Amino acid sequence: MTSGDQRGPSDERGPVTTLATPIRLDYVFSAGIAQSRNLRGLAEGKFVGQRCGVCHKVYVPSRGSCPVDGVATDDVVELANTGTVTTYCVVNVPFAGQSIEIPYICAMVLLDGADISFMGLIQEIPTDEVRMGLRVEAVWVDPEDLGPTMASVKYFRPTGDPDADYETYKDYT
Amino acid sequence: MADSADDVLTSAHVLEYPYSRSVGPVIGAFLTGLRDGKIIGATGSGGVVIVPPTEYDPYTAEPTGEMVEVGPEGTVESWAWVGTPAPQHPLETPFAWVLVRLDGAGTSMLHVLDAPSPDAVSTKMRVRADFVAEGERIGRIQDIRAFVPAGSA
Repeated sequence: MTSGDQRGPSDERGPVTTLATPIRLDYVFSAGIAQSRNLRGLAEGKFVGQRCGVCHKVYVPSRGSCPVDGVATDDVVELANTGTVTTYCVVNVPFAGQSIEIPYICAMVLLDGADISFMGLIQEIPTDEVRMGLRVEAVWVDPEDLGPTMASVKYFRPTGDPDADYETYKDYT
Repeated sequence: MADSADDVLTSAHVLEYPYSRSVGPVIGAFLTGLRDGKIIGATGSGGVVIVPPTEYDPYTAEPTGEMVEVGPEGTVESWAWVGTPAPQHPLETPFAWVLVRLDGAGTSMLHVLDAPSPDAVSTKMRVRADFVAEGERIGRIQDIRAFVPAGSA
């Protein structure tokens, strides 16, 4: 736009060419009974899951029902602090809002006693040494910082134990 | 509420995207006019002034022509009272959505009317655009804070 083109008499900013049109949604997320139990467990520094009374699989975090059998999972189970990396990826690409220094490892961790893996950050190991079957343990934030959030788990780190046999987690990869 | 084991936890979430859009020469002229404290319309095929302006005449699809200033007073053609404003509404106090036919315009424009009660609102009532202060106008429809009854302070 050339100087002076279509300008208002009292304004040096030039004509208006763009309009900010933010869209915003405020809402309240309800975690539900099962996930609330899991979140309260995290506030105490422990993983809490639920077991299906039909197939006996343990889900963490549980949604309150078994997706296979369609029944409520009322049996509350406290899980170990240790688990196995079933699969992982190395994050090398920076993106908006990134809070962790790259490269870092995003892994699926199968807690001992659980029948479903969930995503966790792996630290205290060079990224090129992370592998399937790596035994890991959760590192929690300081006790005064624990809360009903996955942010209570700082990350997982190697336990130093021998790798898990593939047969023990092959159904979960 | 007691923090019993079966209480359901809730959390407030906000999802927001900061879009901006390009407005083109005609809406751009309208928004530039608002920033200058003026309301601008576009002349359509039959000489009807369209406010807010469109790039094309809605009946003939011909490009609209000369941009002209309308208002700042006009006539309420239709209205709906909002007794309990929601957070996303432009005014915090009860108000009316109004269709205003600005003086010189051949179409009516949607905006809000700041009135004390529905008893103070009627079709055919005369209203006036109340602009926000000059330094706070940036070229958006909210540059008109509200319409107010004509003749009021």
